[in-house]
Amino acid sequence: MSERKGYILFIDVEPNTGLKKALTKKRTEVIADIRNSGLKGRGGAGFPTGVKWNLAASASSDTKYVVCNADEGEPGTFKDRVILSEYTDDLLEGITIAGYAIGAETGIIYLRGEYEYLKKQIVDTIDKRRSEGWLGKNVGGKEVFNFDIEIRMGSGAYVCGEETALIESLEGQRGEPRNRPPFPVNTGFMGCPTIVNNVETLVTASRIIAKGVDWFTKYGIDKSTGTKVYSISGDCEKPGVYEFNIGITIAELLKEVGGGNAKAVVMGGASGRVVPAKDFAKTVAYVDAPTGGSVIVLGQERDMLDVAENFLEFFVEESCGQCTPCREGNPLLLDGVKRLKNGTCSMEYLQELMSLAETMQLASKCGLGQSSPNAFLSIIEHFETEIFGRVPVM
Amino acid sequence: MEDKKINSDTSRAPKSVKPHTIKIEDTDGIGGKVKVTIDGVDVRVPFGTTILDAAKMINVHIPTLCHHEDLCVAGVCRVCVVDVEGQRTLQASCAYPITQPIVVHTTSPKVRRARRNIIDLLLSKHYGECYSCVRNNNCELQTLAKEYGVDKYRFGHITERRHEVDNSSYALRRDMDKCVLCRRCVRTCIDLQEVGVLGAIGRGDETVIGTFMDKPLADVICINCGQCINRCPTGALQANDPSDEIWNAIDDPKKHVVIQTAPSPRAGIGEEFGLEPGVPLTFEMNTALRRCGFDKVFDTNFTADLTIIEEGTELILRLYNALVKKDPQIALPQFTSCSPGWVKYIEHFYPEYLAHVSSSKSPQQMFGAVIKTYYAQINNIDPADIVTVALMPCSAKKFECNRPEMSDSGYKDVDYGLTTRELAQMIREAGIDLPRIPKSDFDDPFGSATGSGVIFGATGGVMEAALRTVFELVTGQIADPDALAGQVSEIRGFDGIKYKELTLPEKLGPVPDILRMNKDVPFDSWDWLSGATLKLAVAHGTANAKKVLDDIIAGGKFSECHFIEFMACPGGCLGGGGQPIPTTPEIRKARAKAIYSEDQAYEIRKSHDNPAVVELYVKFLTEGPNGHLAHKLLHTHYTPRGKYIA
Amino acid sequence: MLMTERQTQADTIEALAKKFGKDRTGLMPILQEIQAKYKHISDFAMQEIARELDIHPVEVYSVISFYAFLRSKQTGKFVIRLCRTLSCEMAGKKRVARQLENELGVAFGETTSDGRFTLEYANCLGLCDQGPAMLVNDVAFTEVTPEKVHEIIQECKRTFSVYAQEVQKHV
Ligand SMILES: Cc1cc2nc3c(=O)[nH]c(=O)nc-3n(C[C@H](O)[C@H](O)[C@H](O)COP(=O)(O)O)c2cc1C
Ligand code: SF4
Ligand code: SF4
Ligand code: SF4
Ligand code: SF4
Ligand code: FES
Ligand code: FES
Repeated sequence: MSERKGYILFIDVEPNTGLKKALTKKRTEVIADIRNSGLKGRGGAGFPTGVKWNLAASASSDTKYVVCNADEGEPGTFKDRVILSEYTDDLLEGITIAGYAIGAETGIIYLRGEYEYLKKQIVDTIDKRRSEGWLGKNVGGKEVFNFDIEIRMGSGAYVCGEETALIESLEGQRGEPRNRPPFPVNTGFMGCPTIVNNVETLVTASRIIAKGVDWFTKYGIDKSTGTKVYSISGDCEKPGVYEFNIGITIAELLKEVGGGNAKAVVMGGASGRVVPAKDFAKTVAYVDAPTGGSVIVLGQERDMLDVAENFLEFFVEESCGQCTPCREGNPLLLDGVKRLKNGTCSMEYLQELMSLAETMQLASKCGLGQSSPNAFLSIIEHFETEIFGRVPVM
Repeated sequence: MEDKKINSDTSRAPKSVKPHTIKIEDTDGIGGKVKVTIDGVDVRVPFGTTILDAAKMINVHIPTLCHHEDLCVAGVCRVCVVDVEGQRTLQASCAYPITQPIVVHTTSPKVRRARRNIIDLLLSKHYGECYSCVRNNNCELQTLAKEYGVDKYRFGHITERRHEVDNSSYALRRDMDKCVLCRRCVRTCIDLQEVGVLGAIGRGDETVIGTFMDKPLADVICINCGQCINRCPTGALQANDPSDEIWNAIDDPKKHVVIQTAPSPRAGIGEEFGLEPGVPLTFEMNTALRRCGFDKVFDTNFTADLTIIEEGTELILRLYNALVKKDPQIALPQFTSCSPGWVKYIEHFYPEYLAHVSSSKSPQQMFGAVIKTYYAQINNIDPADIVTVALMPCSAKKFECNRPEMSDSGYKDVDYGLTTRELAQMIREAGIDLPRIPKSDFDDPFGSATGSGVIFGATGGVMEAALRTVFELVTGQIADPDALAGQVSEIRGFDGIKYKELTLPEKLGPVPDILRMNKDVPFDSWDWLSGATLKLAVAHGTANAKKVLDDIIAGGKFSECHFIEFMACPGGCLGGGGQPIPTTPEIRKARAKAIYSEDQAYEIRKSHDNPAVVELYVKFLTEGPNGHLAHKLLHTHYTPRGKYIA
Repeated sequence: MLMTERQTQADTIEALAKKFGKDRTGLMPILQEIQAKYKHISDFAMQEIARELDIHPVEVYSVISFYAFLRSKQTGKFVIRLCRTLSCEMAGKKRVARQLENELGVAFGETTSDGRFTLEYANCLGLCDQGPAMLVNDVAFTEVTPEKVHEIIQECKRTFSVYAQEVQKHV
């Protein structure tokens, strides 16, 4: 549908160029390409994709899995929805390349339940690819490379985007993150080596194989190569999905989407941080806030405590409830924000809450609890004047 | 690749319910040791050891809450976090396997702050007051609060109940307002016991430990084993305590209150009074019970011996009818019936196998029936005035004595099941310093007991006791218990499932008098058993029972067995749900040692040699073992309950 | 539940278990299909599923209680999920919410007494650039306004009566 402007992801590439090329290479060469490209995961932690693939490839097991993380649940993130619906074929190609690289025979797409309406299209595309010989036995005519893709649905749990929770969910469990180590590349789905990659990561990987490492590394900045797809919403004129070169500053980004007059932006969704206007010019989006590429623009009128409250409500609901700091901590932070709003939070108690927030960041079991206080803390850090006005002076 | 199974001998823990098993690959390929530096001290540990275990080796104490030695790793409470150099976040030491050299700090300011905050968080939602709580002074949450010097509730303190107490069960009481969501009970019930009553329900801060559709415990398939109680760090789970009613009965001059005491509590009760595990206090306890006001103190071992005779006779009859008469209706192997948790388990999960369960009642229930009939008769006491209390290591006994069919004396055969913990409480309340009071003996006429009865407390004990008797009665030769123990050593110890084949000699003795008392015994020589090989098995912990039953269904080697001992609790009764808390593999081993040494101290060590048992048959159960009256009083029937929860 | 209805549910579950594999990895898809078909997963269904997959009923219940989209209690034919997360909040979620409550006469978290509508909040639906966003069953609606709410509900009611007539025809 779209006339999207892009460099790496939002471009037209002859279908299966990447896969055809990959199949002419050795598995190790494919992994080396990904490693040399410097591609980092686009779904969250920014872990180098080549390293991840290599770990899974070298783990000894007959059965391995590729899981495509299409659980996109981070508030303000919707770029995977666009990629899933507009680049379905390219995604399936990317998953197949990953399967070839690590020696897996099964790929699983974990699609969030909220995107049920995308399921049919994906299933149809899988069927089409199977009938064309790009899935199934001897993929693309390559002897002894059998690979197929299934789709599994989520059922309304943000935490299932966390890779080990996702695997638990695939195994028919509550989506409660596992202890790490061991990591999925070693002990993943059904105890087998498994790579979990974001939708965007997998499409990008297929592009890298299709068009070459050198082409890819032309984009981005030294440590972070390539481009990034951003989901931009909130107080701006042209919200939507954009692909930008990594290295773009927030100021530049806002100019593109017509959000010049912002008071602050939330980088990386509810798990991310709030960046005040004074830092717009110096902050490079992505490097400084990698989570998922969500950008929520906050206009001058917005109350920062409303933002913190909304996010904390989100975490209270979405915490899996397994570990103490996150389960019990988030409701307390939420309560703290409410107290701040109505002026009943003493300075002393605020200090206790900041200490609690630190504990949540350090001692929670998974990324959800570890990052849930981020917005709260960065708001307190950057919007002191707005908040301290409401703290009762003892 | 190796599964590091904690206490693998009692845990089946299928893959599907044990996602948190630590599974790591020995990447350096030498399977050797790794160096770890904890608080400046270097130690070399086997590859894959957790930081927590490594710290134990050098006596560094790291607090824990959700960790339990019997259970798989959870890593959820986060109390045990430590600082690992090079890691951005703190790591749960109970769940962190050491696979490369690391440097760990267990008490850095960050760590201390985190632990303190976590404890404060737990307390903020903890509704309960220590002085009105069973776990006062033996509560892991309380200990943590003390260790970390909690002097105020920094994050507030809940002042209203959020959950109703579930009092529906005869055996257990659940107060989820005291729950810290460590999920030890869930892991116990599903992994260790394979019953699957408890689960985490809801998510986020609404998570609560609950049952299927939040039904009361009495309405779901709980087997009352109480293993979850023993592993709960707090007072959220406790047994249903009858001590108030018992005090009332004692204080009522009209009531004749008798107590029978099982072997396992004696091996465990010392722990409640600060002694090392494994110090038996049998005879001190007798004195204490009298001082508490019990009118008579009897030894459950008496009916354990009786059980051996009844159950052994039943087995012999089954064998004869199956092997000689070729009666296809006869169910073999015969299963033991003395563990009420196990009985309820099979009623729910394998009701089609109930015919295999011995119809003999458990020693507790036999005792109750004998007290309210024979004992009442010879002492000329109105059974209506007798209150029978059973001191048991077991919470399921509370359910058992309330089974409607358990009133063959015409009265409720056993009025109260009292656990070791509850008796310890009564003794404390009576101001008695148990370890230091004089010893005294059991009361007659049921005071004499044998070593066979004692070893009922340990897994394999019923089997061994039965063998002592069967061997001697069948061969006509005096069996030396210690020699026999050596011969069947496989059935002692803590392996989850034990198997033994025992071949009888060609030349067998005459059928003994005690059996001949029953005129219905259809043979007058043992020829049909000459040279026969008995196939025997022992399983403890219902997860292991399940394995055995599934094997039987599949027609595996256990289907060939003649006799199988099942105990619901890991370790047997000595690890029962009414025993002192905590429980660990070491503690259970120590209790077992106490039990076996007590056996050796007995003069009479074989059930059929118990003079009181012989006298009971001569004077009362005159038609002999499995005779008409014995059947009425000492045998029972079972209810196929099935798994469906209405 | 009627005996025959139980039997059909049991048969459905058996067929699903065959399709998705008789082990725990089949649990989520089975639950999702039962949920879609019966609008909730009854305690009978849970126990059937547990039996098929050889797990404990409480484990099935535990899983259902974890996921926002799975229900052990009956929900309406139309489940309306309005996004309550920041971008939609900023785009005017509150007015939409009020209109929904007025239109249906129930509060969030409730089901209308005729069993037609369940109203609840959801977290970010991934449509933040077009907020306020909401889902009616699997269908996404974007840039929802109070006026649009009225239309959507009317439309649902129309489909419902068509559906109800069809059911009538088949009985
Ligand atoms: C609470 C939480 C939610 C997450 N949600 C997502 C998600 O929706 N999509 C995603 O791709 N990664 C998500 N992640 C990150 C994944 O755990 C994982 O790092 C990622 O899928 C790896 O893929 P990548 O290396 O391609 O980025 C989430 C992480 C956490 C802690
Ligand atoms: S941090 Fe939160 S979401 Fe993650 S495991 Fe702990 S409770 Fe669950
Ligand atoms: S559970 Fe522990 S902390 Fe809670 S009231 Fe009982 S003794 Fe005190
Ligand atoms: S008593 Fe036994 S069966 Fe009942 S909930 Fe506890 S562990 Fe499970
Ligand atoms: S009931 Fe006890 S064992 Fe179970 S989760 Fe709560 S505190 Fe832990
Ligand atoms: S004891 Fe380690 S997390 Fe609970
Ligand atoms: S915030 Fe409503 S759809 Fe994302």
